[in-house]
Amino acid sequence: MLKLDEIQMRLLREVADLHKVPEGAYNIRSNSESAGRASTQNIEIIPREDGQGLTVKIKDGTRNESVHIPVVMTKSGLKEVVYNDFYIGEDCDVTIVAGCGIDNCGDADSEHDGIHRFYVGKNSKVRYVEKHYGSGDGRGKRILNPGTEVYQDEGSTMEMEMVQIKGVDDTVRTTKAELKSRARLVVRERLMTHGDQKAVSTYVVSLDGEDASADVVSRSVARDDSYQKFDAKLVGNAACKGHTECDSIIMDNGRILAVPALEANDVDAALVHEAAIGKIAGEQITKLMTLGLSEAEAEQQIINGFLK
Amino acid sequence: MLELKNVSFKVDDDGSDKEIIRDVSITIPDDTLTVITGPNGGGKSTLARLIAGIEKPDSGSILFDGEDITNMSVTDRARKGIGFAFQQPVRFKGIQVFDLIRLATGKNINTESACEYLSAVGLCARDYIDREVNSSLSGGELKRIEIATVLAKGSRLSIFDEPEAGIDLWSFNNLIDVFKSMRKRIKGGSIVIISHQERILNIADEIVVLKGGKLTGRGSREEMLPELAVSNDVAKECRMNAAAGGESLC
Repeated sequence: MLKLDEIQMRLLREVADLHKVPEGAYNIRSNSESAGRASTQNIEIIPREDGQGLTVKIKDGTRNESVHIPVVMTKSGLKEVVYNDFYIGEDCDVTIVAGCGIDNCGDADSEHDGIHRFYVGKNSKVRYVEKHYGSGDGRGKRILNPGTEVYQDEGSTMEMEMVQIKGVDDTVRTTKAELKSRARLVVRERLMTHGDQKAVSTYVVSLDGEDASADVVSRSVARDDSYQKFDAKLVGNAACKGHTECDSIIMDNGRILAVPALEANDVDAALVHEAAIGKIAGEQITKLMTLGLSEAEAEQQIINGFLK
Repeated sequence: MLELKNVSFKVDDDGSDKEIIRDVSITIPDDTLTVITGPNGGGKSTLARLIAGIEKPDSGSILFDGEDITNMSVTDRARKGIGFAFQQPVRFKGIQVFDLIRLATGKNINTESACEYLSAVGLCARDYIDREVNSSLSGGELKRIEIATVLAKGSRLSIFDEPEAGIDLWSFNNLIDVFKSMRKRIKGGSIVIISHQERILNIADEIVVLKGGKLTGRGSREEMLPELAVSNDVAKECRMNAAAGGESLC
């Protein structure tokens, strides 16, 4: 049974769209303890002996099933490092929903560092959704440092959606992926920072097999006095295709550093990067104002659309 | 009814003032389609932007239904019932065609109602409703979506700044039909189109001519078309003379 209070349920809704116990396999971690767990016939969730994470095993041929592993923290001053390993068999088609919500009303920093490792079997397709959210008006910071490692076997597809829109003070996101032949990686990162928040996102994607491909796209908005760094490196070690894009809106006193990097170690590696940083175009605001929106409403709509 | 009284507008041109609109007074009555025409650089688009509130006049006043809106913001004018279609429509990353039309109506409309506005501008609604208003759309597609947003807003005064610019012939034929049908449903409202297209002039109730920032002519279509045809012939002759290296008298 789930034993969660109202704040914890609100965090769950924000990070995993969960209003009740999810269908399929799940583990809900609340203030460093499991608040509920279920395995299914095809998906087994095994807690690590030290309590600091999970091993998730997905059988070959598992299709149209999902795993939810959200984390919520409401105790101020809590710090944890959690290791979750996912072993996805061959020919699977599954959705994994992670995410972390921190509500910090106290003066001590709360920190969750989730280290996720994915071993994606041959010809399997995984959709991974990770949302981060922070709330609470305490002076203590809300810190999230996710580390993600993805090892993709031949012909597999990994689609990752990473969202951090509100309330997280400090983030260092590190993502590393290694792709064998015909494997495909799609990353869609959306980020908004405000106040004096800092967010650093680093990707290193190695395209090791023939016809491997990667598309890493980040859209971000830096408001107030916040700082963002997007550092994406694609390494082409075979005949492969890679594209990385960083598109940012800068506002107020925000600062953004975009460092796209390409490394080709094979003559048939085709790699492209794009990076753009700019403020909201005045004409965009004017257009929406001619439709009857105020300047602030227009700005909000432009940001909402950009981060959709 | 829209009234412009002695409106002037200047911009800074390398340290000196350049007058773009010079003491213009016009009344745009209700139930009319008015076309503002004239040579390039004559101040037509600036006049449209002054009416929409995107630019503010240096002197003179603008009245909408008797209320002085000279110092009113773009938003307040839009809420009072003024709509504006940009000559060069703006692109938005992430915002979908549906979002833009929904925002224009100011209501929580469904896809079906949004599609009606797209169909009205000759776009196959199904193909466009989920598209982003970004650089994947051609200039012509964007232009038609821009016009659809103004239709969706349903303003009492709708201003179109060179709606024909950048669209192909087929779309242009559709556009004329759009304006004709708007004209039919005008009921107490008015339409202002900035254009030098003869076929748009042909559907006007009133024609206003702006040259060098000054109002140089105004009247009904019947009165103005013959006059414009003469000046067009003169202009054509001048261009030919100039092209042939001859002395221009214009």
